Amino acid sequence: MADLHTVNKSPFEKNSLEAAIRFSLAGSCILLIEDAVYGALRGTRVEEMVKAAMADKKVYALQSDLLARAIKDDRLIEGVGVVDYAGFVDLVETNDKVQAWL
Amino acid sequence: MKLAIQVNEGPYQHQASDSAYHFAKAALEKGHEVCRVFFYHDGVYNGSRLTTPPQDDRNVVARWVDLAEAYDLDLVLCVAAAQRRGLVDDGEAKRNAKDATNIAPRFRISGLGQLVEAAILADRLVVFGD
Amino acid sequence: MPTSKKFMYLNRRAPYGTIYAWESLEVVLIGAAFDQEVSLMFADDGVYQLVKGSDPSEAEMKNFLATYRTLGDYGVRHMFVHQASLEARGLTQADLIEVAWEDLDTEQEVDNIVEVVDTDQAACLIAESEVVFSF
Repeated sequence: MADLHTVNKSPFEKNSLEAAIRFSLAGSCILLIEDAVYGALRGTRVEEMVKAAMADKKVYALQSDLLARAIKDDRLIEGVGVVDYAGFVDLVETNDKVQAWL
Repeated sequence: MKLAIQVNEGPYQHQASDSAYHFAKAALEKGHEVCRVFFYHDGVYNGSRLTTPPQDDRNVVARWVDLAEAYDLDLVLCVAAAQRRGLVDDGEAKRNAKDATNIAPRFRISGLGQLVEAAILADRLVVFGD
Repeated sequence: MPTSKKFMYLNRRAPYGTIYAWESLEVVLIGAAFDQEVSLMFADDGVYQLVKGSDPSEAEMKNFLATYRTLGDYGVRHMFVHQASLEARGLTQADLIEVAWEDLDTEQEVDNIVEVVDTDQAACLIAESEVVFSF
């Protein structure tokens, strides 16, 4: 039983990323889209929270939203996967269901 | 895979409709089925044919219409949300005695049951909102 | 309908400030006709939706608190409230409305289907459901 949790809010604006992490089970995937991709950055105050989540969950960020926000791969927390929309679709297919944390 | 997509926000104000569009397009291009796109809350504004974005910007409404043309998509505006926000088709104009319509081609107005039904029929419901 | 699915409506927004709480409640009401197994989860600011005693008449907003009380009649079997979200807001279950439920076929009755759950329980309940509606 694994779910895909999508998050679209900057973690500095709203607690959606925190909620997604808190309410998702081990083995879940978390996909950061729109302003949530700021949560994938190294050196922020949420970095430790994201790293801790990555102990038993997989974190991805959407490529086009990273590029739009000037986030290069070398600024990402190590281990964060980058996917395009086709990869987003694959994540939806390989997980049991999708839950949006708005 | 059969997908149902829910869009909760209008065009331009929020990225949700853009994300939903790109997701739907990618899924369709991979050969998946999108059985319904349901527009709820301010998402019903995606179905106004009267939008006129500047020429150097994307046309969110036209993009949905074109995608629906290409893949015969079912684009549904929630009737309760549409009535609140002034999205009108011929049937609604007649029922509520409105002097105009503004719904874009390929969109239709229907009840919330269409969202629930799509969630039951589809393998996955994917929600885009604020 | 071909199948019956476990539906979860996830409510994380306060009422009145935005229309999300009310319009998501409308989906629950309509969804009753489809005879699914329906649960609601209230977390984060969503717990404010169930606080007793709201009076939006001065604000000239629609009062939909009464509608929550009828949800048992609309096939809703569980209304879960996240404990830590309540505590973070200085609330307890005593601040929340009660919602009764009765199975008309078996006459089985439940006085209150509003149930406070901890984070692990909430996570499992969300994971066990087959469709999650987010608004």
